[in-house]
Amino acid sequence: MTTLWQSLLIAMRALRVNKMRALLTMLGIIIGIAAVIAMVAIGAGASKMISDQISSMGSNLLLVLPGSTTSGGLRSGSGGAPTLTYDDARAIKAECPSVAEVAPTVRGSAQVVYGNQNWSTIVLGTTPDMLTVRDWPVFAGRNLSPSDVDGALKNCIIGQTVADNLFGDADPIGKIIRIKKIPFTVVGLLDRKGQSPQGTDQDDVVFVPLRTAQRKLFGSQFPNTVGAMMVQAKDAAVLDQAQEEVTALLDQRHRIGPARERDFTVRNLSEIMAVAEQSSRVMSILLGSVASISLLVGGIGIMNIMLVSVTERTREIGIRMAIGAKQRDILLQFLTEAVLLTTVGGIIGMGLGVVGAMVVSKLMDWPTLISSTAIIIAFLFSAGVGVFFGFYPARKAASLNPIDALRYE
Amino acid sequence: MDDVVKVTDVTKVYTMGDQRVEALKGISFSVRRGEFVAIMGASGSGKSTCMNMLGCLDVPTGGEYLLEEVNVGKLSGNELAEIRNRKLGFVFQGFNLLARTTARENVELPLVYARIPAAERREKALAALAQVGLAGREDHYSNQLSGGQQQRVAIARALVNDPSIIMADEPTGNLDSRTSIEIMSIFQQLNRRGITILMVTHEPDIAAYTGRHLIFRDGLIISDTPNANPHTAEVPRGETP
Ligand SMILES: Nc1ncnc2c1ncn2[C@@H]1O[C@H](COP(=O)(O)OP(=O)(O)O)[C@@H](O)[C@H]1O
Ligand SMILES: [Mg+2]
Repeated sequence: MTTLWQSLLIAMRALRVNKMRALLTMLGIIIGIAAVIAMVAIGAGASKMISDQISSMGSNLLLVLPGSTTSGGLRSGSGGAPTLTYDDARAIKAECPSVAEVAPTVRGSAQVVYGNQNWSTIVLGTTPDMLTVRDWPVFAGRNLSPSDVDGALKNCIIGQTVADNLFGDADPIGKIIRIKKIPFTVVGLLDRKGQSPQGTDQDDVVFVPLRTAQRKLFGSQFPNTVGAMMVQAKDAAVLDQAQEEVTALLDQRHRIGPARERDFTVRNLSEIMAVAEQSSRVMSILLGSVASISLLVGGIGIMNIMLVSVTERTREIGIRMAIGAKQRDILLQFLTEAVLLTTVGGIIGMGLGVVGAMVVSKLMDWPTLISSTAIIIAFLFSAGVGVFFGFYPARKAASLNPIDALRYE
Repeated sequence: MDDVVKVTDVTKVYTMGDQRVEALKGISFSVRRGEFVAIMGASGSGKSTCMNMLGCLDVPTGGEYLLEEVNVGKLSGNELAEIRNRKLGFVFQGFNLLARTTARENVELPLVYARIPAAERREKALAALAQVGLAGREDHYSNQLSGGQQQRVAIARALVNDPSIIMADEPTGNLDSRTSIEIMSIFQQLNRRGITILMVTHEPDIAAYTGRHLIFRDGLIISDTPNANPHTAEVPRGETP
C-alpha cells in the first residue's frame, strides 16, 4: 500500500514536471473517452426516442390493411383496393378472443377552416376505440361517442397542431370548423403526441366519426368500406395469437381459399419496432467502434510517450536501482504513471463527453441519455488502456541493468 | 576473521559483439570491518568494474565474492537489490541525486524502498543530513546546492540506512581540493564510527587520508599496502560553505 502510494506520488511529480507533454499525451485518451461518452449518450438518446415514438403508436398493435402482400403484376398493392368493411371490424372485435379493441379508419386529406384561418391536414374517420388503441388521452373536451358514429354526426376532435394553426391560444371546444366546407363541431382536443417513428407529426390530424367520413366526406362507390384497421391485442403475450385469429376470421369472411388470393394483410407493429431497434443497435456498434479506434490510437500515444520517458529517465532508474529499488518497484512506478495519465485523461474526457452530449442535445434538439454504466465502463476502460499500453514501457524500465542505466548519458 | 569483503580469483569479461574486454583478470583480496581502503590505478585499469561488483551492481564472470559471508554470485536480481538497499551505500563521482527533488527526499529514497514508514524516514533523513553538516538545507532542491553540498547529500543518502560498507567511486573527482578535504573529513568521521569504506581515487593526496592502498593495473592488483599514518582531514567547523 505504501509503495503504491509512493508510486502515485512519484508519478504525479513526473507528470507535473512535463505538464504540457502530459496533456498532449492524454489528448488521445481525452478525445477517445469523450467520443465514447458522447456517442453512447447520443445513441442511447436516439434509441430511447425511437422506442418512445414506437410506443406512442400504442402497444400490442396489429395493423390490418386492404390488399395482398404478395401482390405483383397488375394486382393493386397493399392498401389499394377497398376490401375491408366496418362489418369486418365489428366481427373481429366480437369473435376474436385475443383482441381487445378494433379501430377501423377512413383516411383522407382536407382543408379545414375556422374564421379566416385555414389549414390542410389529415382527416381520419374512426370509432371511439381509436383513442384507447393509440393510448391517446383527450386534453380537453371529450372523445367521439358511439352515437356520434352511429348517427353520422358532424362532431370532431382535433390534434394540437391543428388547434395551434386554427385557434392559436383560444379554446377550440364548442367552435364550428369547416371540413370540405361542411361544418363540424369541435368536441375534443387531443393531448400532444409528437412525432411518429416515420417522422410525421401525429398531432396534425382531425378525427371524425367513421360513418360521417364514409357518407359525407370521402363518399365512394363502396360506402361501407374502411381503409386500415388498428387492432389491439389483450396483451403482448397473445399478440401472435391475435394475429392468427384475425387472419383466420378474415379468411373465412372473405372466402379466401386455393382459388381466391388473400385480399388483406395483417402486420405486427412490434416487428417494425424490432427493425428500428436493430438499426439503432447497429448505429451504436458503429459509433462504439469509431470511439474504440480513437482509444486505441490514444493508447499507442501513451505507450510512445512512456517509452520516451523511460529513455529520458534511464539515469534516474539506475540511481533508484543502485539504492535498492527492485524490478517490481520500477515496474509499478512506470505503470502507475501510465495509468495516472490515462485515468486523468479519462476523467477529463468524461467531462467533455457529457458536456458535448448536452450541447448536441441543446443545439440539435436531439435527445441524449447519459448513463452511469457508460461512465463507469469508460473509467475502467481508460485505466485498462493505461495498464495495457503502459506495461511494455514499464517492463522495459524494470529490466534495465543497474550499471548500464547509471552510466547512461 | 571479520572479513566484510572477501574476493577470490575474481574475473570480469565484457563482451561487445565479437570483442572481449577482460576488465578484471583474477583479483583476490579481503577487507576487514572498519577499514578505510583507497583503490587506485590508471584510467581503464578496472577500478570501477571492481567497485560495481563489490557494490552488487554487477556480478563477476568468474571467481567468488563473499559479502559478509554471503556468496553474491549466486543471488537473484531482487536479492542483490535488497543487499544494495540494506548493506551498502553508494557515493558516485557525479553525485547522482534526483533532479527537482529536495535534499531530504533524496536521502529518504533508500528508506522508501526499504518500506520504512514516512515519519521514521523523515527522522532518519534529517539525522543523516545533520551528520554531513547540512542541517537547515533539508528542503533545498538538489540543483540549488553546490557540488560539495550535493556530494554531502549523496553521502547522507548512502549512510541513512546504516550500511556495513560505503562504496565511493571517485567521490572527489568533480570537486575542488578544499571541498575534497571536507568530503574526506566526513568519510573519516564515519569510518571512526566503524563504517567500512572503499573509495576509488586516482589522486595520491586523497588516498593519503585512507588506511590502505590497493593499486590496480590492467585488471590486476599490483600492490596492497597499509598506510600507517593517514592524514587527518580537519576542516575548521563553521567554515563549511
Ligand atoms: N560496460 C562495459 N562494456 C565494455 N567494456 C567495459 C565496460 N565497462 C568497462 N569496460 C572496460 O573495462 C576496462 C576497465 O574499465 P573501468 O573499470 O571503468 O576502469 P577505471 O574505472 O579504472 O577507469 C576498460 O578497458 C573499459 O573500457
Ligand atoms: Mg572509473
